[in-house]
This record gives sequence, structure tokens and C-alpha cells, in this order.
Amino acid sequence: MQLKDLLKAACLGVAALGLAACSSNSVTDSDVSSQESTGGSQQVGEGAQQGGADVEIDGVSPILTAEEQERQRVEAMRQESQVVYFEFDRSEISGEFIEILEAHAAYLLDNPSVTVLIEGHTDERGTPEYNVALGERRAKAVARHLQSLGVLASQISTVSYGQEKPVNSSHTEAAWAANRRAVLVY
Amino acid sequence: MMKRLMLTFGLWLCSIAGAQASLEIVITEGVDSARPIGVVPFDWQGFGDVPLDISKVVADDLRRSGAFNPIAVNQMPQTPKDDSEVDFDAWAALGVEAVLVGSVVAAEQEGQYTVSYTLVDILRGQAAGNQELRDGVLVQTFDHVLLDRFRTVSEPQMRQMGHLISDRVYQALTGERGAFLTRIAYVVVDENASYPFQLRVADYDGFNESTLLRSQEPLMSPSWSPDGRKLAYVSFENRKAEIYIHDIYNQQRELVSSYPGINGAPQWSPDGNSLALVLSKGGQPDIYVMDLETKQLRQLTKGRRIDTEPTWMPSGKELLFTSERGGNPQIYSVNLDSNRIKRVTWEGDMNLGGSVVPDGSALVMVSRVNGEFRISRQDFDTGYVQVLTRTRLDESPTVAPNGSMIMYSTVAGGKQVLALVSMDGRFKATLPAKAGNVRAPAWSPFLN
Repeated sequence: MQLKDLLKAACLGVAALGLAACSSNSVTDSDVSSQESTGGSQQVGEGAQQGGADVEIDGVSPILTAEEQERQRVEAMRQESQVVYFEFDRSEISGEFIEILEAHAAYLLDNPSVTVLIEGHTDERGTPEYNVALGERRAKAVARHLQSLGVLASQISTVSYGQEKPVNSSHTEAAWAANRRAVLVY
Repeated sequence: MMKRLMLTFGLWLCSIAGAQASLEIVITEGVDSARPIGVVPFDWQGFGDVPLDISKVVADDLRRSGAFNPIAVNQMPQTPKDDSEVDFDAWAALGVEAVLVGSVVAAEQEGQYTVSYTLVDILRGQAAGNQELRDGVLVQTFDHVLLDRFRTVSEPQMRQMGHLISDRVYQALTGERGAFLTRIAYVVVDENASYPFQLRVADYDGFNESTLLRSQEPLMSPSWSPDGRKLAYVSFENRKAEIYIHDIYNQQRELVSSYPGINGAPQWSPDGNSLALVLSKGGQPDIYVMDLETKQLRQLTKGRRIDTEPTWMPSGKELLFTSERGGNPQIYSVNLDSNRIKRVTWEGDMNLGGSVVPDGSALVMVSRVNGEFRISRQDFDTGYVQVLTRTRLDESPTVAPNGSMIMYSTVAGGKQVLALVSMDGRFKATLPAKAGNVRAPAWSPFLN
């Protein structure tokens, strides 16, 4: 972050001296935003005008409405939580993942051109071929849930890897629990 | 261009052969009743060292069958070069019923060797001797000779020659065909490799391993064509499950099934003309049969529940498959003429991954026993079920073409390894790998 800002400042300086044109728009952008920001902590040093590199540019978040705050919280949750976990040999979505799926549905509704791939996975117990079937059922359970929230079927595709791609390849209850999952991939 | 295309999909077709065993059979449970047998080191007539100790290959084969106990060379009363030197009484005193003697002679043509072998019936020889009086003349008799053959082979074929001798000896002494000259296909997963998923083929004992395919995405469910020349398998190289047929001799690959959803569990029909497979294009996994000539599909099961893992009855007129239509996975049969479906397994809360033995008399499967997944056998005529293993993560059972042995995948020492168990459960062995996890074994048909 700092390095980037320093570079920008260096560019500014060079431009000011008229020795070369900086190619990036970001020069003007950061310049403008630093001028327009209110109540900010940015300091534009004297050096910026004189070809030095001694500036620090920063910004602040806009004041959010409650609605915007909620939207951000949901988006953060969507970005953090892309995995739904399942019980052994089951494909029902348990209550704790409903909110996460709602976040994904909201995002997909807002962005109808975005598509999501849902990967179904299982633990290593049972047979590989049966587990491919079970993994598909898990992926489809997630897909159906998104569709019930209004997401278009054309935005969703599924693939089952069964037990072939564990996140934890040890042979313990904890590993199995981590591997019984559906993953939303954008 | 083709090569480039393959690379971009993150996989690699290749064929690297080596005589070294990457898997090695380690017997973990022997059989007390294994019959003592003498496999005498073959007499070498040539310069330098013998290219391969064929008699060791034979002794190892016979020991791994669980049926025989070849006695150690340093315990042998003698090491006869041919049958005329065999001291019947000395071997009989050790309880040995048969002795194999043989020779390897460097042929005139360089790199060629003539391998001769004779299997001697000790008890018959002891009773009759190897000489008798005919018309007042003492003549050599051969009543005690069970086998007496020779063949000229090149050096790379010598190991196969050993397996061939094992097949002959096994058949002469048990009445059943040996399955030593066979191969196994399996998948190795090595997370540290640049292509972590590898489809390999080796001799049944892990020697002469070749890698047929390397991929960055999973490979599953290899199945042999009845002629032992092709493998059908599932590859995720295009980020979805697809079924390929791979000619293991000329490396040609054909994409045969790429429908939306699952394309899985291919199983070649006994006549080689069709492929049973699982497709979920209809909404859930169902069993289909594909005509390999026309690629036409026939759907055998329908319904909202999972149907998977088809396995053919030897007649080719019936398929067994796993279904959870009754709640938990159990094995059912479907008749190809009548389309009638019948439940086959009744014991235990889960039975799946079935494989019918070659004579059609029994089903080998994965059974959930006290929460652990073990290999079991159900006899069709009596319905009797025997759990054969005591491990907890067994899967993918595959039966030797003579029905004597089951190979499967299990977890041992924290890694997935291949293992062997005899059809009666008394003999057990594991095949630890040098690197990676090994799974999805498929035993080839007879190759001779």
C-alpha cells in the first residue's frame, strides 16, 4: 500500500517537472480524491509539487446507510464462506448454512451475468463411485436452495468429485467432517 | 498439436516401463494348510550371471497364491538339475508333494534363452520309481512327470515366462487355472507430483509398472476390456466427469461419454461389445448400457434414488448394481431381458461396490460392519455372507480372473494401499507403494 502510494507520488512529481508523462490515470484519480476527501488524514507534502516522494495518501470510508452496511456484511460473509458442510451420507443443508446461501443468492441476483460452480465432495468412507453420486446430490441440494431464493438455473452448474479431492487427506473424524462439503466457486 | 492440447488440459499421456516393482506384495496372513512344494533354483548354462532368477519368480507366485508353501532353498535336501536326479524319498520326508526343476540355457541367438522346466510328482515317483523293468530291460518311466516343457524367450520376457510356469504348475496341482500372468490397473495419487493423478498398469505383482496417463484432475474407476487390451476409466481432465477408452498398446484414447452430470463407473460387458455405466443426465444417477459400436444408450434404472456401480454377471444377461432405493445402499440385480429388478443383499446396513466372481457363484462387495467398511463375499446359492477383512476403509474390490483372490484398496500406515485377500479370507497381503496413495485397482482378464 505504502509503496504504491510512494510510486504514485513519484509519478506526480515527475509529471509536475514536465520531464515525462505518467501513463496511469491513477495519478489524477488519487490526486482528485485526495483533494475531495473530507475529514481525511491525508497529507500531501511539499515534495509532491517539487518532484520529491515524501507524501502519504489515504482515504476514508463513506458514511453508510444501514442498508449499505447490511449489504457489505452479507458480501463479506459471501466472500468468506463458500463452503457448506454435511453429515455422513446426508445431503440436507443444515440451518447454520442458510444465511450464507442467502448471501450468495443475493449476490447472484444482483449480478445476473455471474455464474457459480458448485462442487460436491464426500469423505472417503463408502466406495468412490457411490461417493460421486452422493457428492452430486450435495451439490444439487445447494443448487436447488439457491434457485428457491430466485437465482436463475442458468447461473448455476454443478460437478461432483466424490471423495477424490479431500481438503484434509488424513483418515480421522475431523478430516472426514472437513471433506463432506459443497464448495461454491465463482 | 495433440500433445499440446493434452498439456493445456493438464495431463500427459506416457508410457514409462521399468522392471522394478513400485508395489511389492507383503504377506500379512499366511495359511497353515498351504502345501509344501519344492521350487529348485533353475540350472543356468551360459556366460556371466543368469538374467533373471526365474525359479524365484515362480516360488514367490506360488507362495502369494496362499495355496502353496515353497520351501527355502537352504532347507532343500538336494538341488537336482533335472527330474532324473530327484531323490523322491528325501523330498517326501519333508512332506513335499511336488518338485519343480528347470534350466535356463543361453540360446545361439544373442539375448534369447531357452527355459525348460519339469514338475515332478514326488508321491507317484516314490511309489513307482523313475525306472521300471519292461521285457527284462530297465527303462526310464515318466509317470511321475506332471509337466515337461520348454520355450525360448528374450530377456525382457523372462519374468512373464516365470509367471507362465507358475500358471502351469498351479493348474497341474490344483486343477484350477493360475492367474499369475495377469496385470493390474490402478490410480496413484501423489499430491507432491506436478501431475498428482496417475493411471498405471503393472504385472499383478507390481513389477513392470507403466504410467498410462498423468493428470492434474482426478482419475477413477478403470475397467479392463475382456481382451486385456483396453481400459475404460473416468477422467476429470475437462473439469467434469467423462469416460474414456484407452488402448494400452497404441495409446489411442477415445472419449465415449460426456453427458451433463455424472459419467461414471464404466464396466465392460463380458462380450466386449458394450459398456455399463452411470449417467445422471436424467436428474439422478441411473444405470445405462452403451453399445460401443453405435454409442446408443439403453437406460436400465429410473427413479429418484442413487443407482450406481454396475457389475456384469458372466452371462452378460444380468447386471448387479448399488442402489439406495431401500434407504441405505444395497446391491440389486437387473435382468436385461425382462428389466426386472431384484434385491440381492440383505445382511448389514450397507452393501455396495459389488463385483461378481468369474464363475458367477458369488458376489464380492464392500460391507459396512460396525461402522467400518470391509470386503465381504456373498454366495448366491446359499446367501451366506462372509466378511473377509478386518480393516475399516476397504473399497474397490476386484477379483482375479481365476476367482482365487480379491484385490482391493484400503488404508494402512496412514496411506491408501492395495491389498490382497483370498476368496476364503485366510490369506492376506498388502502391496505397499514407494510413493503416493494407491487406489481403484482393476485386475485384468487372463492374458495368455
